[in-house]
Amino acid sequence: MTKVSSTSGLAGEAPVFFLTETDEDHGHHETGTNLGFWIYLMSDCLIFASLFAVHAVVGRNYAGGPAPVDLFDLNIILLSTTALLISSITYGFSVIAMQSGKQQGTLGWLAATGVFGLIFLGLSLYEFYHLIHIGATPQVSAFLSSFFALVGTHALHVAFGIVWLVVLLVQIKQRGLIEANQRRVLCLSMFWHFLDLVWIVVFSFVYLIGVL
Amino acid sequence: MGAKLPDAATAHSGAQHHSGEAHGTVGGYITGFILSAILTVIPFWLVMSGALADTALTALAVAALGALQIVVHMVYFLQMNGRSEAGWTLSAFIFTVIIIAIAVVGSVWVMHHLDVNMMPMTHEDARTLP
Repeated sequence: MTKVSSTSGLAGEAPVFFLTETDEDHGHHETGTNLGFWIYLMSDCLIFASLFAVHAVVGRNYAGGPAPVDLFDLNIILLSTTALLISSITYGFSVIAMQSGKQQGTLGWLAATGVFGLIFLGLSLYEFYHLIHIGATPQVSAFLSSFFALVGTHALHVAFGIVWLVVLLVQIKQRGLIEANQRRVLCLSMFWHFLDLVWIVVFSFVYLIGVL
Repeated sequence: MGAKLPDAATAHSGAQHHSGEAHGTVGGYITGFILSAILTVIPFWLVMSGALADTALTALAVAALGALQIVVHMVYFLQMNGRSEAGWTLSAFIFTVIIIAIAVVGSVWVMHHLDVNMMPMTHEDARTLP
């Protein structure tokens, strides 16, 4: 807002044009994709917010079934949290490698991100398998229903992120670091860091505060 | 800000790969990673060791550290600031935060209020509902 008022007088041009020019300055080859993707992420935030709200309301309704303290192994959660955190920083390195035009570095760090993402996903699936195996299925209590809905939605996001990542690896391999691929890498970067951010709320509120 | 306008043409060729979102540096990511690791380990340690005797205090600490870690992620990983996309990123984010606050706080408030004002019901009553 301040930018428009401070520069429109100086440049003497129509402010309408200057706004688009600012966008160009920030993202030379962007035509609003970054912003559009960001708005998608914000709408995804709302999905998670409603799931968190449900969990906040019914998260203590065990219906005589098991409570979080009986079910969750915090060591595994710490391990998967670490895997996701490491995958966030390896993705960061991939973006840096891309911005200095190193295709091999980009691919390598992307692949590392995928590996840590798979570790996270594997641990999540193991936990789900374990819970269902001991009879803590979603239909047992309101707590377990909302738990599976919330953590399952997050795990699904990570799974689709990994699919996207593999597709991106192939695209970069085939076409190199062209503008379209750079844009895709940056969008997946936002998506990936966003998933890590949602996971912070999950492990804080569902697991840690849950077992208290 | 004003100086950007005449420079725009030259800046474009130089900053070809500087795209909207990410202007990250290795140092920035490592700082964020270390801060995040610390802010992850502390709440896990608090809960797993039971260092704080008071449960409510532990929950509060975990929530506060989680909120702090979210800010660290936004600054160092998502590289959010008031300038990207001429401030629209931040506006969209603030709007989302407001909606989330209304949805989550509102749900908890309304449902708690409802719960408090309901007639008490034992497990037996619940089982023999019509």
